[in-house]
Amino acid sequence: MGDNGPRILIIDDERAIRRFLRTILQAHQYQVFEAATGEEGLALSAQQRPDIVILDLGLPGIDGIEVTRRLREWSQVPIIILSVRERETDKIAALDAGADDYLTKPFGAGELLARLRAALRRVARPAQEPVFTLGDLSVDLTRRLVTRDEEEVQLTPTEYDLLRALVSNAGKVVTHAQLLQEVWGEGYDDAFHLLHVNISNLRRKLEPEPSRPCYLITEPGVGYRLRDEA
Amino acid sequence: MSEPISKAHTKDAKPPDRGRLTIFLGYACGVGKTRAMLDRARQQQAGGVDVMAVAVDTHGQAETVALLAALEVLQADGTDIPLDGLLARRPDLTLVDELARTNPPGARHPRRYQDVLELLDAGIDIYTTLNIQHLESLNDVIAQITGTVVRETVPDHLFDAADVVELVDISVDELLQRLAAGKVKVPAGSEDFFRRGNLTALRELALRRTAERVDEQMRAYMQSHGIVGPWPAGERLLVCVGPSPLSERLVRTARRLATRLDAEWFALYVETPAHARLSEAARDRLAHTLRLAEELGAKSMTLPGRSIADTVTDFAERKNISKIVVGQPLSRRWSALWRGSIADQLIHRSQEIDVYVISSAPPARGTGRQQARPARARWRRFLQSATLVATATIIGLPLRPFIEPTNLVMLYLVAVVIAALRLGHTPAILASLLSVIAFDLIFVPPFYTFVVADAQYLLTFGGLLGVGLLISNLAAHAREQARAAQRRELQTAVLYELSRDLAVASDLAGVAGVVVNHTEQILEGAAAVLLEEEGTLVWHSAGRGFRRSDEAYAAARWVYEHGRPAGQGTDTLADAGNLYLPLETAQDVVGVLAVTAEREIDGERRRLLDSFASQAALAIERSRLADAARRARLLQETEKLQSALLNSISHDLRTPLATITGTLTSLRDDRALLDEAAQRELLDTAYEEATRLNRLVGNLLDMTRLEAGAMRITTAPASVEDLVGVVLNRLSPYLGERAVSVSIPHDLPLVPIDFVLMAEVLANLLENALKYAPPANPVEIGAYLAGDVLCLEVADRGPGIPPDALERIFDKFYRVTAPGMPPGIGLGLSISKGIVEAHGGRIWARNREEGGAAFTVSLPLADSDTYHTEA
Repeated sequence: MGDNGPRILIIDDERAIRRFLRTILQAHQYQVFEAATGEEGLALSAQQRPDIVILDLGLPGIDGIEVTRRLREWSQVPIIILSVRERETDKIAALDAGADDYLTKPFGAGELLARLRAALRRVARPAQEPVFTLGDLSVDLTRRLVTRDEEEVQLTPTEYDLLRALVSNAGKVVTHAQLLQEVWGEGYDDAFHLLHVNISNLRRKLEPEPSRPCYLITEPGVGYRLRDEA
Repeated sequence: MSEPISKAHTKDAKPPDRGRLTIFLGYACGVGKTRAMLDRARQQQAGGVDVMAVAVDTHGQAETVALLAALEVLQADGTDIPLDGLLARRPDLTLVDELARTNPPGARHPRRYQDVLELLDAGIDIYTTLNIQHLESLNDVIAQITGTVVRETVPDHLFDAADVVELVDISVDELLQRLAAGKVKVPAGSEDFFRRGNLTALRELALRRTAERVDEQMRAYMQSHGIVGPWPAGERLLVCVGPSPLSERLVRTARRLATRLDAEWFALYVETPAHARLSEAARDRLAHTLRLAEELGAKSMTLPGRSIADTVTDFAERKNISKIVVGQPLSRRWSALWRGSIADQLIHRSQEIDVYVISSAPPARGTGRQQARPARARWRRFLQSATLVATATIIGLPLRPFIEPTNLVMLYLVAVVIAALRLGHTPAILASLLSVIAFDLIFVPPFYTFVVADAQYLLTFGGLLGVGLLISNLAAHAREQARAAQRRELQTAVLYELSRDLAVASDLAGVAGVVVNHTEQILEGAAAVLLEEEGTLVWHSAGRGFRRSDEAYAAARWVYEHGRPAGQGTDTLADAGNLYLPLETAQDVVGVLAVTAEREIDGERRRLLDSFASQAALAIERSRLADAARRARLLQETEKLQSALLNSISHDLRTPLATITGTLTSLRDDRALLDEAAQRELLDTAYEEATRLNRLVGNLLDMTRLEAGAMRITTAPASVEDLVGVVLNRLSPYLGERAVSVSIPHDLPLVPIDFVLMAEVLANLLENALKYAPPANPVEIGAYLAGDVLCLEVADRGPGIPPDALERIFDKFYRVTAPGMPPGIGLGLSISKGIVEAHGGRIWARNREEGGAAFTVSLPLADSDTYHTEA
């Protein structure tokens, strides 16, 4: 039963969810471990060293955010958060605490599997992969060259920095705060307008249909994500 | 305004939780009241009763000190009652010495007996001591016996309401021996008081009063137990009072008489036109007398009338009065010589009724008349009246040769009439006198001397003087009446305005505001209204000049709890600057009117304020009732809505669940029977239904949050373009082949929104358009600036919205029902409206001229200018 597949730890107090996830994931050759509480989850991750952790935010006892924080003290394992729509601030808190991605319940199996693949790819990817490609788009990080349909796209330095930040986290949600911190540095915590304007410009330069973006995805109320598979 | 005495203070209506009052009555200091009280308290304590002593004066006597030492003493300086401490500590029994004492300034009540009443109200039993000379109704008798007027008196109703009165009696000889032995300390300056004659008389009074009480109790007992006794049924007594100081004595006498007869009694003041001329002091005295009567157990009332005797007789007949007590000044007015005094008139008119006439020395001269007119103005009026006479003379002089002197008198009569009408009573009398003199000097031969040649002119003089005096009297009378009418009219007008404004005030805040406004107008001061809200008294409306201090609140609380006025001009907190009136309806005290006046509140304004307070109370009650009715209606509507919601929810939740359950069971049980395509079809349907269920649950949750006010809007500047993109991506499975045109200018500013919630709104609008417009027709999304708002529009080419539904489609559970319309729960637009309004924006629908519907959301750009600039 997929003894060599990636190891996944599910931390969720809902038995039904765990059962559903286990069934799907085992069918896709993952090795699955389950924990019903944060404490149990932390113990299991130390013991089993999973490749990915799927973590529910609303846990009894220590909550998902705290689990993320403690896990990040010693591990860089990708963490995918499960949450409901109404808890945007919790999602952001978990992402800022070091979680990699999130899924809003209810979600489809296909969506979950795509996120898992993206997370595994990020882990597997060499630290500095020089060229990132997505559809007709290509970003050469060593040459600071962005092309679309083989044609060079002119970007301002800020736009380029923003794109690079997204590329290096491709497939992963990057919160507003993380982007502002990475591109503009300290003291720009509230500079949403800068972010919006530059995202909008990037879309106009890179997207086939800027009003319905397909590369540079907005995660409502949380941040942005650069798709990493077409 | 007489202070109403709470019925709780009379024996019959004593609520079961009220404390018991025991009075140790003596005829002078030194008879051993305090000792007797302490002895009894010791016994109680031995029996397990929680006893506490306050304000017990031991007079330094060793025995008393020893007795007191065995008791718990809260504060024994003998001057003040620590009321709040006692109310907090709540002993079973409290000893309060010297019931008649006056409290030091700053105490809650001016008098110690009022403290005792409050303690009794709080359910604490009281032992207290009292000397007979402090009893209110005996005040004047005591003054006659001892020659000293006792100022510290205790109302009789308190004495009568006492559960136990214990007479502490020793013989006069023994008391005098004690005095001689120095066992009793006599207050300085009162050595005269302790004469054998005085003491004997006082002892007799004390014994008699106690016996009377026993008598009353006996009768009350027999009556309450249906025992027929020898008492004359239905004696009713009336005492006529006026502003004269005699009235107070009348009231006390009437009270004694009434008690002896066991009669119900009334105190009546007849407000004649002369009332208008009373000085402020006289009015105060009158109010005091009426209040005293009420304290002594009478029903006080004031009736308007022209003639005192007529009004009194009328009243007596109506009320079946059997005895009238009336006063008779020793020196009669001249008017009484020919008309008879009021007492004479009453005796004459009342055939069946006994009239008791009580005489007294006349009041000091001048106190009854108004002294307010400035002296200079009066001299000017006298001068003017002399001028009038001079003018008459000058007009008459040229006519002297042609007209008989007796006819020229008419000129002087005109002058007198003018003087009477314009200048008042006294100047008119002066004019009459001057006229006689001038007529004699100028027109009666021989001219320019007082000598009268023809004796017939003496008659003319007499006639002129008599008519002059009569006219001046009549005219002055008319003036007074007019002035009185004017004042009454003014009051009526003020009250009318208040009631008119109260009638239009729609809610409680409005009523409170109106009351504060009007009160401030008539008082030239500041006012505030406090109302009861959920069990506590809260400031409801306060004028700008009103200081809401803690003290003011505490005073208002007291008034609210006791239903009695406090502050300036009352018995409670009299040294507080403000006046607090309870807003009292027949059932309940609904609030308190607090007033800060710049000038002292005189009787007139106080009466007006009382009227205000009662009108306000009624208006507040009315408004409360209206509120309650409104709430009841709202509740009914809410219930209707809830049942609609439940019906709708049970339908809308179960339908998708039925599909999903059906799919799952068939896949589990009949898989072999289904081919690949059928399985696919079933799963697709189940997935769609699950998605619909998710949206429905989301909507219901949003609605609940909006209704509970728990919807948290976290706005951050966002671009509309981004918003539209997110929603289009999310809805792309449903868009299919439908054309969606987006026109958003690139230079639109960012708008502060809650991105997630606003995406819901846009998704709702878009879904609506997809649902109602045929698939072939395009949907248009546009955004534009309109002044300081950003508008977002979703327009379709569907059937449009029936004009009468344009507003209602945003109501909860409202759906445009038409054949062939897709089903829905009717929450989407109502939630959208809630979200948009929480953003401070607006949402509306219109039908497009070219056909189809358009929904527009306008969002304020406020403080978003800063996000305009490029990085």
